[in-house]
Amino acid sequence: MFYREAGQFKTSYKSDQALMPILQDRMGLAAILMIAFVLIPAFANDFFLTSIMIPFLVFSLAAIGLNVLTGYCGQLSLGTGAFMGVGAYAAYKLTTIFPDANVILMVLVSGVFSAAIGAVFGLPSLRIKGLYLAVTTLAAQFFLEWCFIRIPWLYNYNASGAIEIPRREVFGVIVTGAEATPIARYFVVLGITVLIAFLMANVLRGRIGRSWMMIRDMDIAAELMGIRPLQTKLLAFAVSSFICGVAGAMMVFFWLNAAEPSSYSIRLSFQILFMVILGGLGSLSGAFMGAAFIWILPVILKFVPGILGFDIAAETVEHATFMIIGALIIFFLIVEPHGFARLWQIAKQKLRVWPFPY
Amino acid sequence: MLYDIFIDPFVQMYQMPDFFLQVLWEGFVAGILYALIALGFVLIFKASGVFNFAQGIMVVFAGLTLVGLNENGVPAYLALILTIGVMGVLAYGVERVVMRPLVNQPDIILLMATIGLTYFLIGFGEFVFGGEPKQMITEQLGLPTGSTAFEFGDRGLVILQHIDIAAAVIAILMVAALAIFFNKTRIGRALRAVADDHQAALSVGISLNQIWAIVWFAAGLVALATGIMWGARSDVSFALEIVAFKALPVLILGGFTSIPGAIVGGLIIGFGEKIGELYWGGLVGGGIESWLAYIIALIFLLFRPQGLFGERIIERI
Amino acid sequence: MNAIVTDKTIATADAEGNTERDFLLRVDNVSLSFGGVKAITDISFDIQKGEIRAIIGPNGAGKTSMLNVINGFYHPQEGTISWRGKVRRKMKPYEAASQGIARTFQNVALFKGMTTLDNIMSGRSLKMHRNFFWQLLWRGPAEQEEIEHRRKVENIIDFLEIQAIRKTPVGRLPYGLQKRVELGRALAMEPELLLLDEPMAGMNLEEKEDMSRFILDVNHEFGTTIALIEHDMGVVMDLSDRVVVLDYGKKIADGTPEEVQASQAVIDAYLGVSH
Repeated sequence: MFYREAGQFKTSYKSDQALMPILQDRMGLAAILMIAFVLIPAFANDFFLTSIMIPFLVFSLAAIGLNVLTGYCGQLSLGTGAFMGVGAYAAYKLTTIFPDANVILMVLVSGVFSAAIGAVFGLPSLRIKGLYLAVTTLAAQFFLEWCFIRIPWLYNYNASGAIEIPRREVFGVIVTGAEATPIARYFVVLGITVLIAFLMANVLRGRIGRSWMMIRDMDIAAELMGIRPLQTKLLAFAVSSFICGVAGAMMVFFWLNAAEPSSYSIRLSFQILFMVILGGLGSLSGAFMGAAFIWILPVILKFVPGILGFDIAAETVEHATFMIIGALIIFFLIVEPHGFARLWQIAKQKLRVWPFPY
Repeated sequence: MLYDIFIDPFVQMYQMPDFFLQVLWEGFVAGILYALIALGFVLIFKASGVFNFAQGIMVVFAGLTLVGLNENGVPAYLALILTIGVMGVLAYGVERVVMRPLVNQPDIILLMATIGLTYFLIGFGEFVFGGEPKQMITEQLGLPTGSTAFEFGDRGLVILQHIDIAAAVIAILMVAALAIFFNKTRIGRALRAVADDHQAALSVGISLNQIWAIVWFAAGLVALATGIMWGARSDVSFALEIVAFKALPVLILGGFTSIPGAIVGGLIIGFGEKIGELYWGGLVGGGIESWLAYIIALIFLLFRPQGLFGERIIERI
Repeated sequence: MNAIVTDKTIATADAEGNTERDFLLRVDNVSLSFGGVKAITDISFDIQKGEIRAIIGPNGAGKTSMLNVINGFYHPQEGTISWRGKVRRKMKPYEAASQGIARTFQNVALFKGMTTLDNIMSGRSLKMHRNFFWQLLWRGPAEQEEIEHRRKVENIIDFLEIQAIRKTPVGRLPYGLQKRVELGRALAMEPELLLLDEPMAGMNLEEKEDMSRFILDVNHEFGTTIALIEHDMGVVMDLSDRVVVLDYGKKIADGTPEEVQASQAVIDAYLGVSH
C-alpha cells in the first residue's frame, strides 16, 4: 500500500534506467545514508563504532568485491582473504615508503596492486571453470599467505612478523594508528565504502556489468555474441581484487591497527564467501545484508549468555557460535538459496499489495 | 643459482640414497593419506554431484569422537564401534536435514551447505570434546607401533614406522573393498545409476535418499579410517583442516569421479610435495609444502583441464 | 544410386549458375571430426546475400556442427570457409561475431539471470564502446550511449511484440517467448548473417506461424541473410529459397525446395531404404 510505483510514470529511457526508478526506494536509500552519516556518528558510542560498524563496512566492501567476481561474473573464488592481504601489505609498504602522502590515497592505490595480482591468478580462468577454478584460487590463497610470512621486506623486518600501522594524519585529523578516534576512522571507512559501492552500481548496470553476467549465465553464448572471455574475466578479477584489496587495507589501517599473515587466512576467504552467498549472489544490497548477518550475529551471541545470567567460558561460547553459524547457514540456504536479497524482494512484493494477499 | 635449482638436488639424491628413499617413503605415506581423504570426496561426488567440503572435517571429527569417547572411559574397541555408529547417525542426519531439502539446487549452493556443515562439525566437535589437541589411541586399538630400520650395507638406513605400513595396507584393503562394493553389489549398481542421472535412477525405483545416506556413511567410514591413521602420526585437532584442503589438488589431478584417479593423484601430490620441500624448498626459505600441491595441480590443469582420468571435454551447444 | 543423384543435383545447381552469383559465405570441402567420430565429411555449399538458406537432415546429420563451424566455435580439420569472397583464417567465436555473424541456439541459451531487456541489450555489446572509467561515472557519455542503444533495442522489442515482458527475468518466460527473446538478442547485433538453430522446435502451430512471420520480416525488412536449421518440412519448404540436405555428415542434396523434395537421396534418408 505504501510501497507502490503506481502513478510514477517514466517519460524517458533515462528515468527508466535510473539506479532506483521507484520513489520509495530512493527515499529509503536517503534515509539509510542519513542514519549512516548523521545519526550513528551523533549517537553511537566507541564500542559500537569500533566493534560493529567499522568491521561491518569493511566486510561489506570485501563482499561487494567478491560479489563482482562470483555473483556477477560467476567465477568462484576462495582466495579473497589473500587478495585482501595483498591490499593490506601494499598499503603498509606504500605508507612506509611515502610517509607524508595522504594515507587514504595510499589505501586506494594499494588496490591497484591487488588488482594486478588478482588478474595474474585470474589467467587460468580461461581454461578452468567452476570448482576447478576454486582450487586455483586456493593456490593463490596459500601461496600469497606464504609470501606474507616468508618475505620479511613486506613487514619491514619486524621481529613479530606482523604489520603495525603507524600514526598518520589527513588534513590535520589523525586517521590511523592507536590514537585515531573511532569517529574519524568510521567516516573514512564509510566514505570509501559508499563511494565504491556507488561506482560499482554504475558499472554493473552498464555494458561491462552485462558482459560479466553474460559470461556467468552462459559463457559459450556470450562468446558467440562477441564477448572476449579472457578480457572480460580478467577485468572481473582485477576489479574484484581491487575492491577486496582496498577492503583488506582498510581492515588493518582503520580497524585492527595491526595484522599478521593469519589475519588474511582461508578462514577470512570463507567468511566473505558466506556473506556473499547468504546476502545473495549478484546483489549489492545483499552484500551489505550478508556482512551484517555474518559479522553482527557472533557479536550478539557473545553477549547473550552474559545477559541471560549464565556464566559460560568464553571458549565454549566460541565453539557454540561456530556451531550456530554453521547451522544457520544451512538453514538459510534451505529457506532461500538466493539469499537475503531475494527475501527482501519478496517482502517488497508483499508490501506492494498489502493489505491484500495478491 | 642455476646449479642450486637444476643440479644440486639430483647430486644430493645420488649421494644420499638412504635419505632419498626415506623422503620417498614419507611422500608415499602422505600420498596414501591424501588419497584416502580424496576418496571420501569422490564417493559423495560420484553419487550426488555434491562437492563435500566437509570431508576433511569429517576426518577430524571421526578421530576426535573416537579419542573423546575413550577419554571418557569407553574401552577402545567399544569406542570404535560407537564412532562408527556416530558416523552413521551423521550420514543419516546430513541426508535428512541438508541434502534432501537442497536437492536440485545449483552446485555452489550445495558446496556452501557443506561448508556450513564444516563449521557446524568444528563447533560441535569442540563443544563436546574440547578444543585442545588429543593423542590418538593407537595402542589400545591394537595397531602396531615402533619402527623397523632397513640397512643398505654402509650407505645408511631407512626407517619405516609400523603404523605407516599399517596405513598403507588398510588403505589398499579399503580401496579394494570399495571397488568390489561399487562393481559387484546391487547397491553399488544403484550408486552408479544415481551418479549418472538422478531422475532416471528415480524412475527405475532407486531411492535417492537411501543411496545418499549410504554414500555419506561410506564416506564417514573412510573418514574414520583416515582419522585414525592421521591421528597416529600427529595429534587429533582441527588444525588438520588445512591439511585436508590438500585433497582438492589431489582431486584435480585425478578427476572428481575417479577412484583410481584419487589414489594416483594422492601419490603424485605426496611424492611431489615431499621431494619439492626437502630438495628445493630450502632455496626459497622453506615451507613451500603449504602451496606446492596447489601449484602442481594448477600447472597440470592448464595442460589437461579434465584431470588425469577424466574424458576429454567436447563443448556442445 | 545415391551418388548419381547427388551429382546430378549439384550439376543442375551449377547449370543454373548459382555458384557464380555473389555469395556471402562459402564452405569448401569442410571436414570435422572429434577424435575418431566424423561429424562432417567433405561438405561444400554457399550462402548468397539476402537469401534464406535452410540446412536440413535427420538427427545427428551434423547440422548444428555445421553452424558451429560457421561461427568459429569448432575448427574444421580440413576445408576452408570464405566470408564475403575472402578465405577466412581460423578464428575465435567472438571474432566471427564482430564480423557480423549472429545466431540462436537449439536449446535456448539465454542469459537466465537477466531480464528480457538486458538480454537484448547484451546483443548490443559489440556496438558499445564507452570504457570502464566512463562506466564508473555513468553520468554523461556512458549514460547517453546506453540510452541510444536502448532506443534501438526498444525497436526490436516492438518488432517482436514483447513489450509486456520487457522487465521479466527470462528464466520465468514460457518456451515460445524465450525463443522470441533469443531471436531479438541476435537481431540486436544487426548481423549480416543470422544463423537460426531450430527456431521453431517445441512450438505449437500458432507460435510457429508467428516465428515464420518474424523470420520473413527480418529477411525482407532488414535484408538480413538467414541460414536456418529446422525439422518442420512445411516451414522449411515455405520459407527457404534454397535448401541443403545433410545425412551422416555428408551432403546429399542441394537446391531449391522443389528440387530437394524430388531428390531420391533425400527421400531415402528420411524414409529409410533397405540395403
